[in-house]
Amino acid sequence: MNNPAPSSPVLSVRNLAVEFPTRTNVVKAVDDVSFELYRGKTLCVVGESGSGKSVSARSVLQIVDRPGRIVGGEMMLTRPDGSSVDIAKLDPRGKAVRAIRGREIAMIFQEPMSSLSPIHKVGDQIGETLRIHFGMKKAERRERVIELLRQVEIPNPEKAIDRYTFEFSGGMRQRVMIAMALACNPSLLIADEPTTALDVTTQAEILALIKRLQVETGMAVLFITHDMGVVAEIADEVLVMYRGKVMERGPVDQIFHAPQNDYTRMLIGSVVKLEKKAEIRVDREPVEMAPDLLLDVRNLGLTFPSGLKAVNDISLAVSPGETLGVVGESGSGKTTMGRCLLRVYDAQEGVINFRRADGSVVDVRTAQGEDLRSVRREIRMIFQDPVGSLNPRKTVADIIAEPLKLARLAKGKELDERVAALMEQVGLDPAWRERYPHAFSGGQRQRIGIARAIAVKPRLIIADEATSALDVSLRSQMLDLMMKLQDEMGLSYIFISHDMSVIRYMCDRVAVMYRGRIVETGKTEDVTSAPQHAYTQALLSAIPNPDPRARRMQDRVRYQESAS
Amino acid sequence: MRAAPLPSYFIPKLETALIGFILKRLLYAIPTLIAVSIVAFIIIQLPPGDYLSTLMADLASQGGAVEEGTVAALRERFGLDQPIYVQYWKWVSNIVMYGDFGISFELNRPVTEVIWGRLGFSFLLAILTLCFIWALAIPVGIISAVRQYSITDYSVTFFAFFMLAVPDFLLALVSMYVLSTYFGQSVGGLFSPEFADAPWSLARLWDFAKHVWLPVFVIGIGSFAALVRIMRANLLDELHRPYVTTARAKGMSELELLLRYPVRMALNPLISTLGWILPAVVSGEIIVSVVMSLPTTGPLLLRALLSQDMYLAGSLILLISVLTVIGTIISDILLAIADPRIRLQ
Repeated sequence: MNNPAPSSPVLSVRNLAVEFPTRTNVVKAVDDVSFELYRGKTLCVVGESGSGKSVSARSVLQIVDRPGRIVGGEMMLTRPDGSSVDIAKLDPRGKAVRAIRGREIAMIFQEPMSSLSPIHKVGDQIGETLRIHFGMKKAERRERVIELLRQVEIPNPEKAIDRYTFEFSGGMRQRVMIAMALACNPSLLIADEPTTALDVTTQAEILALIKRLQVETGMAVLFITHDMGVVAEIADEVLVMYRGKVMERGPVDQIFHAPQNDYTRMLIGSVVKLEKKAEIRVDREPVEMAPDLLLDVRNLGLTFPSGLKAVNDISLAVSPGETLGVVGESGSGKTTMGRCLLRVYDAQEGVINFRRADGSVVDVRTAQGEDLRSVRREIRMIFQDPVGSLNPRKTVADIIAEPLKLARLAKGKELDERVAALMEQVGLDPAWRERYPHAFSGGQRQRIGIARAIAVKPRLIIADEATSALDVSLRSQMLDLMMKLQDEMGLSYIFISHDMSVIRYMCDRVAVMYRGRIVETGKTEDVTSAPQHAYTQALLSAIPNPDPRARRMQDRVRYQESAS
Repeated sequence: MRAAPLPSYFIPKLETALIGFILKRLLYAIPTLIAVSIVAFIIIQLPPGDYLSTLMADLASQGGAVEEGTVAALRERFGLDQPIYVQYWKWVSNIVMYGDFGISFELNRPVTEVIWGRLGFSFLLAILTLCFIWALAIPVGIISAVRQYSITDYSVTFFAFFMLAVPDFLLALVSMYVLSTYFGQSVGGLFSPEFADAPWSLARLWDFAKHVWLPVFVIGIGSFAALVRIMRANLLDELHRPYVTTARAKGMSELELLLRYPVRMALNPLISTLGWILPAVVSGEIIVSVVMSLPTTGPLLLRALLSQDMYLAGSLILLISVLTVIGTIISDILLAIADPRIRLQ
């Protein structure tokens, strides 16, 4: 299975180079990239943000956004009848390349909502391809579109054809995209991060669908992703990219089990590292449930004005020094729950008992005035989006100093020293203190967010998807930093995430949320190795396993909520 | 490994939602119309004294006398001896039930008779102006956006800002002067004198067309310039959206793609501008009509306001406001038809 088919490739890309001229110089987004795609085989192009993987994929269709342009290389497309054409030589606005787009090479994109028009019916958007390439009549088109919708397993295709995209869920939208791509039976499907915006269970469904269609039609698939787990599950061959260059290329098994290149090794290493418990946590004594809990939440309930019970009878507890993971898919209410704990939202029911440093217990849900202010000094938050959560008009020093100033804990020279110490603590050079957030990378920005959160010496930090926006190589670094700070400062964390691997890496206990409820709580090892609730089992089995020798998704289980 | 049967994610009955939306919108218009009628009535009541005391003073000054019976009957007729809300109710119910807008104090004729013919021309002029604005602003806006920062774009932008800055009446005066002095055209009015009172015929229609283009141009050019800018900005926002890339990846030609997706999306905010373009056209028409002596409601309203002919003025204000409310409803309904997302809000 690792040897490419002996037949000639469907598409052969040689020395592709794409440049983006900027005001001052020229950025080589894709530099000397070569690969081949074979019938019925999947090539995964993997890389972190800015690696040029997406630009390479778009170059194949000549749809790179301006000012990007292909400056070199060839892309030979071989048709089933044996004729071939060099796509790189075609005029990007010309007829010849248009005849290839959608007909011989089709593409699906990351954001199915914004990649589909919200004001055209899905049936019309799918049928358009048939009209452009085959000049198919309306009635015939409708019939074929219904057939396509059935093929991608959209329920009720006769009705669905006249619906709009916003009437579908994310997974269904991606199915519509796939139906659109398949309309003309292309010989090559390019999928640009098609499951990144989806939940893991939905991702598993979409990957299974693409695989089934590939087997049925024999098309080649070029799959762009940053997720090594997905790569291991679906790839035949892998191309690793970094800053526009190919780092390594080879069969999937070799990439994962005998990587040749340092960057590949680092990438695989950081993924594999996240598959088990963190090293600094392995030897630590398990945190026992102390009798004097730090946080004791009981029967918390929040109903939105729309009637949606976002948080439904939730009880959880956090001991001093403990990390509690809260895992769930989008819409499970995990973020809303976290915000209730900080009184960003006011929960209508339940108690949130928080034990203050002096031993007194405050119900955060009903606290007012000075009580609430002091509790908010002891509970801090780290956000998902390191760009949006930092004020772009303030220097890093101002951002980190702000909570100290608000709490009147320090001023003048002492404040400066505290800020410098905090920056050092999170691994930032204090010499950068006068810079603005835009001058920092994503990982550094998240460190600024952490420094701000620990500035007032809190005792509980709620981290909402704190590592989700980061590349995988930075993720474990950030988690290691958070654990180091935990040991130094005796912090407790509530770690909210959709990503089971980061939960497993650092959390002592985990609570699994589904539709506003906690369906299972327990020690992380117990929950991940022997899940009790059917939903947890389904969730775990849908997570891609970054080992091509032990593909997990093929025999995953599905969760069907019992009649409710 | 087929997926298990999935729950239906569909929100049902989009078409029912559209009907519901229209009904709701019409229902919302009722309080607006009531508020508008109250404002119009307040305007009628603003000057000291009432219509009859002004009338009697007028007649007395001319040496005539008014019979007590007539005055009493008129007072009874308009309810002038009753509290203000009863007067309002009489005024409104007469309009709604009998189409009776009262009597023009200055012309001594029923208001309905005075304004009916002129209202038709006002309406026609407004519709023609709107058609002119839309038919031209959309293509010009598209070109300006697609060729962003080109000579065309810069010229259009300059022209648009220039026209936005020029007052209507000035443009009317200058264009009339230029046309009559250098081109010998008959300007002013909507007809040449010989056709003014003639019955409709092809020749009269042609004469109308020869006259109407200038007021349409003068009234519309300001709004045209604003719309070009709006269309350009909307389209620039849409041109680089992911769905455009999707359509391109289907193999669609650039022109078809442009018109079918980004332009179609950019039109939606443009439709909602109908709500403020209509009042802008109507109020612009008042000034321009006075300058160009058009037989529309504009000069009539101005004269009514100057001579304190309050039933006439109030009726005109009421009618113009009602037309604006109706225009807004139409633009909302068009928007709901054009954008399915609006229907489900």
